[in-house]
Amino acid sequence: MSLARYRFVLIRPLQLLPVLLGISIITFVLVRSIPGDPARVLLGARSTPDAIQKIRAQFGLDEPIWVQYLYFLKNLLNGDLGKSLLYKVDALPLIASRIEPTLMLVLGSVALALLIAVPLAILAARSKGGWADNLIRLFTTAGLGLPAFWLGLMLILLFSVHWGLFPVSGYGRTWADKLHHLVLPCLTIALALSAVLVRNLRASILLEMQADHVTAARARGLGEGAILRRHVLPNSMVPTINLLAVNIGWLISGTVVIESLFSLPGVGQLLVRGIFTRDYMVVQGVAMVLACATVAVNFLADVATTVLDPRVKIQ
Amino acid sequence: MTTPLLQVRGLSVIARTGQRDITLVDRLSFDLGEGEILGLVGESGSGKTLACRGLMRLLPAPNLRVEGQSVRLAGHDLLQLDEAGMRRLRGRELGMIFQNPSSHLDPLMRIGEQIAEGIRLHQGASRREARAEAIEVLRQVGIPDPQSRVDNYPHEFSGGMRQRAMIAVALGCNPRVLIADEPTTALDVTVQAQILRLLLELRDRRGLSMILISHDLGVVAQTCDSIAVMYAGRLCEHGAKHEMLARPRHPYSAGLLACHPAAQPEAVRMTTIAGQPPLLDDLPAGCRFESRCPQAMPLCRQQLPELLEASPGHRLACHTPLLAGGLS
Amino acid sequence: MSATFALRVRLAWNLGNGRLTLYCGLAIVLGWCLLALCAPWVAPFDPLLQNGDLRLAEPSLAHPFGTDNFGRDVLSRVIWGARVDLQMALIGVIFPFLLGTCIGAVSGYVGVWLDNACMRLIDIVLAFPFLVLMLAIMAILGPGLGSFYIAMALVGWVSYARLIRSQILVLKQSDFALAARSLGFSHRRTLFGHLLPNALFGSVVFCMSDAVLVLLNGAAVSYLGLGVQPPTPEWGTMVAEGQSFITSAWWICTFPGLAVVTLAMGFSLLADGVAERLGDRS
Repeated sequence: MSLARYRFVLIRPLQLLPVLLGISIITFVLVRSIPGDPARVLLGARSTPDAIQKIRAQFGLDEPIWVQYLYFLKNLLNGDLGKSLLYKVDALPLIASRIEPTLMLVLGSVALALLIAVPLAILAARSKGGWADNLIRLFTTAGLGLPAFWLGLMLILLFSVHWGLFPVSGYGRTWADKLHHLVLPCLTIALALSAVLVRNLRASILLEMQADHVTAARARGLGEGAILRRHVLPNSMVPTINLLAVNIGWLISGTVVIESLFSLPGVGQLLVRGIFTRDYMVVQGVAMVLACATVAVNFLADVATTVLDPRVKIQ
Repeated sequence: MTTPLLQVRGLSVIARTGQRDITLVDRLSFDLGEGEILGLVGESGSGKTLACRGLMRLLPAPNLRVEGQSVRLAGHDLLQLDEAGMRRLRGRELGMIFQNPSSHLDPLMRIGEQIAEGIRLHQGASRREARAEAIEVLRQVGIPDPQSRVDNYPHEFSGGMRQRAMIAVALGCNPRVLIADEPTTALDVTVQAQILRLLLELRDRRGLSMILISHDLGVVAQTCDSIAVMYAGRLCEHGAKHEMLARPRHPYSAGLLACHPAAQPEAVRMTTIAGQPPLLDDLPAGCRFESRCPQAMPLCRQQLPELLEASPGHRLACHTPLLAGGLS
Repeated sequence: MSATFALRVRLAWNLGNGRLTLYCGLAIVLGWCLLALCAPWVAPFDPLLQNGDLRLAEPSLAHPFGTDNFGRDVLSRVIWGARVDLQMALIGVIFPFLLGTCIGAVSGYVGVWLDNACMRLIDIVLAFPFLVLMLAIMAILGPGLGSFYIAMALVGWVSYARLIRSQILVLKQSDFALAARSLGFSHRRTLFGHLLPNALFGSVVFCMSDAVLVLLNGAAVSYLGLGVQPPTPEWGTMVAEGQSFITSAWWICTFPGLAVVTLAMGFSLLADGVAERLGDRS
């Protein structure tokens, strides 16, 4: 990597600041829209008159609204987003402790989705118009319309109830146990995600197969397999990585449902429980953390693209 | 001359559209000797690129196919080989370089790797040997500082350098025949001259034979030993360069020559050949140039002239050849 | 999912049978609409009628889809559920469409600072995962179909606003926009009377693929227990209710899920077909 590239990786995060600020504003608006006295909401269960007075001072609740936002921002930077009503701890550390299962679920789903999508896309592209292509097309059309929660249940019915291969719900203690628990949740999301990926990847493989540099590789005597591996796939993967980044929000939305279905103790489950228990600070905190995660993933995808594709211009 | 290196007999490229066949390249025959550079000239659409793609059996669309008597190269008949056999010959015996170097190099692969790919495939070299060889080839095609350039990506090269790099990729496979499809058309004039000089050097140093496709007679005049002129999918004249330039006998060759700006230095208006070539799906029974030919006579309309040896080493397909040089 | 992207990919997938795709999709969607309209006559039982003697009964001739843990007929509930789910998809598309169209049109037409502000707002809303922001809003509004529609509108308008805005930006420069202005029409009449009707086309097509998303989101929200409340028959809620009995009575959650899949595929095919037909035309 050249110096310009390093500088790009360092400068680019600064451009994210306005969006992050925007996220904090929306979170602030959401917190202030919660019905009832904000001080009571922020405090949760321990709302003694004394504590309420303290919170009023800390969050500047008697000041004008924009000053309140500045207080909110200051507390946020100190890692303080109020307390969880249910768990009686600070909201942000609580959320942080739930990130691991969610992260594992997302990473596992993406890996599994690529494992499914790449061979299928190659098969579809090579048999363009043939029965395999049409069959795969049917799979992708169905995949786009499958509700994740139902697909997960059907997988449970098949793999857990019928064959007894994987646990129905929960998360293990050891790593091996955790992975065992993660297989079905990951597979559920991966099946839906690969439907999106296959369509896109097939189109870009077909496009690349016609590319001039592929003709040149054929003229060099390269076999079709080597051409696919060395020239067609790398060139088709660049748009696929962008597609993954664009879909990260959708992917995270999927984990919320899937975590509830499989009782995975992740951020999404925390969010859904928080809604039912009126644990407002946890709900808004989760929303903010997941939005920041989405922004971060898109940034990482940008970095990945610049590393993978040497042509990308660096401003 | 002994047996030529490449012997093409009756090569046709045929397109299947719906229920009928259209012959895009019609029974092409020529020989290419060791170290010879053959210029294949014609206007766009005359089938010169398609003929060479047919030679490589790398046709650009699935509805195209190759037919013919034989294409002999290095003891093989290319028309009899299966795809795997053909693949072994591509690159090693028959290399190809293209008009647009930017799109014919893989944008995501380092130049050195693209050269090494062919070296490893055809010479069974190790990764390290192939890299050393790639640097050597880059030096041969005149890339300065090849040690560091070998790790560059195509977009880091200028246009002329990219064409050199593409030549290096083809040379890495060490072919005996190099097909150059309009190798200089996309480049500006000074770079064009450099690339042509490079091709001549490579011929001298490696004994490479070449087929140089061009619509530019100037390019062909500078580099080639012999010139073949194509019109509407057929070869109409083929002979030694000096003969062809000084005394073209086919009215079309003569017209092409007269159109070249160098042939008319004082002209206010450039000479052109009036009319359009016939459509390949609606060909006349007679000579395809008949409608535009100033020499045409009734026989030309009725009978397609065959390509015959007019004098030793000079073949011609015309009922009414010119006797002396130039149009009257 | 980025539905705009999916739409573009679908356009690229040109099998040349746009007509077949279109008619298949139309048939499925119209079929469900018909079932929903005729639910009182088609459904063999009252969807709310509990039958204590027939709890968790397997599919049989009398109850083709079986019965649930309250002895209610699953088939009847699926048919009645079509009413709620179709309504959800319809209203869930219309609100974001209206909101997004207005914001996008005004933003693109006025330009300068307003446009800048709108674009920033869109960027920020898009930074939130779709369902997560919806849930965060619904947490404040409380569970129910009404909150779902409001949350859907507050989050879903961005796609439409972006589509319309880019169209308006192009149309604003066109000759007939200038002509309308030079004829002395007011800004409002130029924008809503002349520019907007020409800009709507793309988003109307987008509506159809958006319907898939809205349907799936609505079902997911109901599945999580935040949308349609029991005992109203709704497919997502039914799947959630059947989940506890997955080991003993697979039919309770299987059939409502299949209903979602078929309707979603219907919308999907419809969108594909329309996009392909339009792709052929241009």
